[in-house]
Amino acid sequence: MTTTSATAARRAPAVPPPPPPPARLSARDVTLGYGDTVVVERLDLDVLDGAVTAVIGPNGCGKSTLLRALGRLLRPRSGEVLLDGRRIDRLPTREVARALGLLLQTPVAPEGLTVADLIARGRHPHQAWFRQWSRDDEAVVVEAMASTGVLELGDRPVDSLSGGQRQRAWIAMALAQGTDLLLLDEPTTHLDLAHAVDVLDLVDRLNAERGQTVVMVLHDLNLAARYADRLVAMKAGRIVAQGPPRDVLTPALLEEVFGLRAVVLPDPVSRGVLVVPIGTRSGAGAQPRTVSTRGEE
Amino acid sequence: MSAVAGLSGRRALRVGPLSAVWRPRAVVVPLVLVGALVLLVAVDVGRGDFPLSPPEVLRILLGGGTDADRFVVWELRFPRALTAVLVGLAFGMAGAILQSLARNPLASPDMLGITAGASAGAVALLVLGGGALGGLLALVGLPMAALAGGLSTGLAIHLLAWRRGTTGFRLVLVGVAMAALLTSLTSYLLILADITEATRATVWLTGSLNGRGWEHVVPVALVVAAGAAATVVTGPTLAALRLGEDSARALGVRVHRGQVLLLATTVTLASVAVAAAGPIPFVALIAPQVALRLMRSGGPPVLVGGLTGAVLVVGSDVVSRTVLPVDLPVGVLTAAIGAPYLIHLLIRRSRRDDA
Repeated sequence: MTTTSATAARRAPAVPPPPPPPARLSARDVTLGYGDTVVVERLDLDVLDGAVTAVIGPNGCGKSTLLRALGRLLRPRSGEVLLDGRRIDRLPTREVARALGLLLQTPVAPEGLTVADLIARGRHPHQAWFRQWSRDDEAVVVEAMASTGVLELGDRPVDSLSGGQRQRAWIAMALAQGTDLLLLDEPTTHLDLAHAVDVLDLVDRLNAERGQTVVMVLHDLNLAARYADRLVAMKAGRIVAQGPPRDVLTPALLEEVFGLRAVVLPDPVSRGVLVVPIGTRSGAGAQPRTVSTRGEE
Repeated sequence: MSAVAGLSGRRALRVGPLSAVWRPRAVVVPLVLVGALVLLVAVDVGRGDFPLSPPEVLRILLGGGTDADRFVVWELRFPRALTAVLVGLAFGMAGAILQSLARNPLASPDMLGITAGASAGAVALLVLGGGALGGLLALVGLPMAALAGGLSTGLAIHLLAWRRGTTGFRLVLVGVAMAALLTSLTSYLLILADITEATRATVWLTGSLNGRGWEHVVPVALVVAAGAAATVVTGPTLAALRLGEDSARALGVRVHRGQVLLLATTVTLASVAVAAAGPIPFVALIAPQVALRLMRSGGPPVLVGGLTGAVLVVGSDVVSRTVLPVDLPVGVLTAAIGAPYLIHLLIRRSRRDDA
């Protein structure tokens, strides 16, 4: 039955599933692009409040572009992005920064900037030139550092950190903004699997403990399946399917969206699913007998 | 928990609704620089046909001495030293802001052709205005002509390179091309001019403090004061912009507005400094980088960059007038220090880019 709902969603991408209570962040009929190129065309998305949403799709499908538009870094050609029912590009950017935090792909800190100073910049939307380090600022920054495990790295220059530490420091900066919404563009790029899992555990904890709404672009399908409550699968600038990972990650969809032949197994650790690519090195008869090509339990 | 004692490296300074981070370096480094500056100014003012010791100079500046002493110091020599200080401040601040905005240590007003533009504007006035230039016209005209030249260059760079991203070599390459173009324009103007004016303009173009009086001090003083005030207010914006445009926008900074304001501040500071003392080379490039290493801050600090620039200019002037056998224009010395530093920066930068 999960297969049928996913198929239905796939066949009619313009019709979203029964509308949940109005989303705080949503895209309405947005067309996005750079220069002469259109990357995303007439897309609608409601970000589910209090949930972790992962956007997946092949390279160049417009995932990051969509995230940039949701984070008002890119103005839509047409259509609108709404934050709390108001057009995000008409809100004062400072006000948006108090509601929505954003971590970009591989940001670079200036040489010599310390971790504590970087994270403290996250307080920018709450500060003025004469109010640069209030008690609130300090408490929030310390908490952000503690929850990302970088408290003891405060004096270190950001450029001296390992990839995983650096990523956590940048996430801490976004947390220090104190926002309910958090957009993360490939938070696990360049990280080894262990560090990627660390970062996603952190995201999971933020969501569970603070009820933070998270939208992230992820490349690794299995991590996306594990850590997201909802997946949004994109191809060529359009949403092909969205819903719980078990509904979205089907062999048919993987074939359609990624051009990937894969089997989908029950995840032995969680109640989710596991994507196993077939490739050319699978060997005849090597397919395990427990294969379920339907993504059922 | 260590968290209770506050975050190490970010101790708070709070008075009522005001708050800031207490950084010992941000107090100690400027104090040391100001001390060095006072000393250098005293030495500088004491030099000449009527020598005075540094303590005498300070005493006279504080109101002591005979009428003759006061005339020599206040009317003849102090304006020159003060011009050096202010021009150094202006170049240092301009360089720090531009390097922070572009996130590139090569992006200084001299490298990007902004000082070349200001020079072209000023030389045009010197040459085309002819000998009639003097009095009020010198006071207002020269800074205005330099400002016009600097601002048009800044605008051209903004349109040609800036909008496509501020980082990387593109900005510097466009700047170098602009500088070359404007330098040849200046040369052309010099050929048009008669010999006395051309000679005067040439000395001025190396960057010289000779014969500077209060009429040179006033415009730079006003602009430096305004620039310093602007620096304090725009401090957080610049700090956010040092993280890159997207990160700054994500933090709620109005990026384009901030960039234009800060770029205009830079151009104004550099242009007015050029009008006062000529395009003293490399100060705007080196001073912010030295200040960055003194402060160990993330990004070139603006006010301390200015103080470092002032020490550099006054120090070069003192050296050229005490150690060297000939009185050289100050720009010759800053170029001699600056050029090797630029080569070092380029080598280090290209190594990192290759890696």
